[in-house]
Amino acid sequence: MATVTFIEGNGTEHTVTVDNGLSLMEAAVNNMVPGIDADCGGACACATCHVYVEPAWETKAGDKSDMEETMLDFAEGTQGNSRLACQIKISDELDGLVVRLPEAQF
Amino acid sequence: MSIAEDHSQELKFADPNSVPINELDVSQSGLFQNQEHWAYFERLRREDPVHYCKDSAFGPYWSITRFKDIVEVDSNFQVFSSDRSIVIGDPPEEFNPRNFIAMDPPRHDVQRKAVTPAVAPANLAKLEGLIRERVCKILDSLPVNEEFDWVDKVSIELTTQMLATLFDFPWEERRLLPYWSDVTTSSPDLVGADAAKLTDAERQEELKNCLAYFMKLWGERTDNTDKTDFISLLATNPDTREMSNDPLEFLGNLMLLIVGGNDTTRNSISGGVLALNQNPKEYEKLKANPDLIPNMVSEIIRWVTPLAHMRRTALSDYELGGKTIKKGDKVIMWYISGNRDDSEIDRPNEFIIDRPKARHHLSFGFGIHRCMGNRVGEMQLKILWEEILKRFDRVEVVGEAERLQSNFVMGITKMPVILHPKTN
Repeated sequence: MATVTFIEGNGTEHTVTVDNGLSLMEAAVNNMVPGIDADCGGACACATCHVYVEPAWETKAGDKSDMEETMLDFAEGTQGNSRLACQIKISDELDGLVVRLPEAQF
Repeated sequence: MSIAEDHSQELKFADPNSVPINELDVSQSGLFQNQEHWAYFERLRREDPVHYCKDSAFGPYWSITRFKDIVEVDSNFQVFSSDRSIVIGDPPEEFNPRNFIAMDPPRHDVQRKAVTPAVAPANLAKLEGLIRERVCKILDSLPVNEEFDWVDKVSIELTTQMLATLFDFPWEERRLLPYWSDVTTSSPDLVGADAAKLTDAERQEELKNCLAYFMKLWGERTDNTDKTDFISLLATNPDTREMSNDPLEFLGNLMLLIVGGNDTTRNSISGGVLALNQNPKEYEKLKANPDLIPNMVSEIIRWVTPLAHMRRTALSDYELGGKTIKKGDKVIMWYISGNRDDSEIDRPNEFIIDRPKARHHLSFGFGIHRCMGNRVGEMQLKILWEEILKRFDRVEVVGEAERLQSNFVMGITKMPVILHPKTN
């Protein structure tokens, strides 16, 4: 179980509690956090769950797979701390995680 | 007849359940024109979801018909290459205009990235007001209480205006764009189009005219790095500014951008009107709650599946669904079938405008070739429906929708409607 916070482009914060083993994308979708479209449903194939992981959490959020890198490469506004939320698995380690959402999913 | 019904037509093709499964050929373009493909795909999804057809007008090919399998193939560009062709037919050696949708990384990547800014969120925000203005103008010019063709006056006109803006195309000549789009998708060898309409030679001639036209525009736009139209972006990007030296590749990319921005949205505009007429309860739901429009737009795009398939070519052997796809085999991902797969989508044969997870459909494809203009298409549909609801009590379909002969473009070529203005 972890508590994670999503911050929208306009500053609105959403703090939600999520079970271990779910993805960060599912945490957003299950709690109606706006701005995570997740069109492909978690297959790392659409890049519509793009988030920016706050620097303090980047290492704990884990490494990006080649496929995730590739999909992010075609997303809008990609930065060094960009991740696809469907590829981050929630664990106790991520309790307190903060991520920011881009202005728009693309 | 108040509602256009496709089902009243006489069946022209064999009952799919009467054909031995290994002889089932879903590539016959008439199936789609006659709306008889549904039962074929239903049988394949049920009995043989990864299906090999050894003999067809397009040679042997695999059909991938279930949602999850399609996502798997679409995501794996290392094994499933786009390089040969992205439609079921192979282009002739002597005339093969290349473009980035039919390329693999790394060439695909630089060309796609060069044109992406035209349809990126920042540019879309700038375009939204303009699109609304044009939608209003088109809708306000339509005749009310009398029959006219919705496809020509609304679907084609609106998408053409949008495309002309994205290309910064000479406004008075904008109808050349849908014309070239139709020419591009009219090949019998590539997608089973009606051979009587245009010979190969005529088709190539028309596409060369298209190239010559755009070569002139290119020549005028090599210096201006501030402009965000497709041509200026290609002509000024260091990675693509030599493209005009390879006329066939330039033409190929023009064809891609023209078709991508044209047929897809056009047929979603027409198909949405038809779907609401065939499902009057959904139309009532929409009128009672216009906030459903964004969700409905996704449902329309799933329902219509404007492009029925995308094709890949296997670069190595691959196991899928207990079958072995061999290196070199042609693999067709039937988006139109995956979008009706009940193992992924609840009640897939129903048009439900407030469907949960409506964005979870295959129409834009997945992976690195995913539709680049998806947000432009969605925005046009959203604005159009917002403005329709403000003006009209109903867009009534009053005759049969005529459909295109193609196994690729799910086109509605004509659809008579009558507009009923709002009374209050």
